[in-house]
Amino acid sequence: MTAGFLIAAAFLASAVEFVEALTIVLAAGVSRGWRSALAGLGAATLVLAVIVAALGPALTRIPISALRLLVGALLLTFGLQWLRKAILRASGFKALHDEEAIFARELEEARAARGEQRAGLDWYGFTLAFKGVLLEGLEVAFIVITFGSAQGRIALAALGAGAALVLVAVVGVLVRAPLSRVPENTMKFAVGAMLTTFGIFWATEGAGAHWPGEDAALPGVLAFVLALSFSAVATLRRRRVALA
Amino acid sequence: MRRVRGFGHFWWDFVVGDDWRAAAGVVVAIGATASFAGGGVDAWWLIPAAVAAVLWLSVLRASR
Repeated sequence: MTAGFLIAAAFLASAVEFVEALTIVLAAGVSRGWRSALAGLGAATLVLAVIVAALGPALTRIPISALRLLVGALLLTFGLQWLRKAILRASGFKALHDEEAIFARELEEARAARGEQRAGLDWYGFTLAFKGVLLEGLEVAFIVITFGSAQGRIALAALGAGAALVLVAVVGVLVRAPLSRVPENTMKFAVGAMLTTFGIFWATEGAGAHWPGEDAALPGVLAFVLALSFSAVATLRRRRVALA
Repeated sequence: MRRVRGFGHFWWDFVVGDDWRAAAGVVVAIGATASFAGGGVDAWWLIPAAVAAVLWLSVLRASR
């Protein structure tokens, strides 16, 4: 149960970030040339691999209770950010994430930028792809390392993230357009709920308290977080109608 | 100096985000749970209750 939950959470969270990274790489490739964009993608992937390779084993040396406390606190603050934004989007208080609009904006900015050649590459295209992939990838690395290390199963979390990477890359190559049909806002809501659930679970265990039923409490925590989120969306929607 | 500030800002934004009060509430709840556990009280319900309060206050504030 927990393994499936772990893989699904890592897959969903990573898929959302990879879709966003794909939009940026596409904008860089279409406007500034594919060579520079793919070089930026490759360089960022290398930096991310080094970060994961360095941090992953280092975290496994921390005692598990301290690790769960640290990871629980980080996931909770991180997950609450996602959930807060998802609730505000679902209730209409924040604009929905729109990959096509983001692609159009990135494309316009990239076309307007001056051309500068460095190391035989279009520097703007390289840095645009590099920064985009690095920033989105850092979130994936953070999720994989924290999810995996708290359960001693980094490989399972990496499997979920890897499956998302392959899926998004294959679809991206086939479609060659921003993946606007991906239900990104719904996925972000689900990821926020999962991050917050794991954060609540591990922070409580790390602080020295014990869940009734141990791991079996996890679905109950998820149900609690979902009920909380849906009731917040319903209340905010009513508030928005009243304000209109 | 600007780079150091930028690096710090990135991590603050990455972990804490738009609402520092929510992050502070989480830290206080974790500390309280640990204190209870130290006193022999199994307060597993405290962090979920704090998350409910923190999330509600945060979204209500943002929707004003």
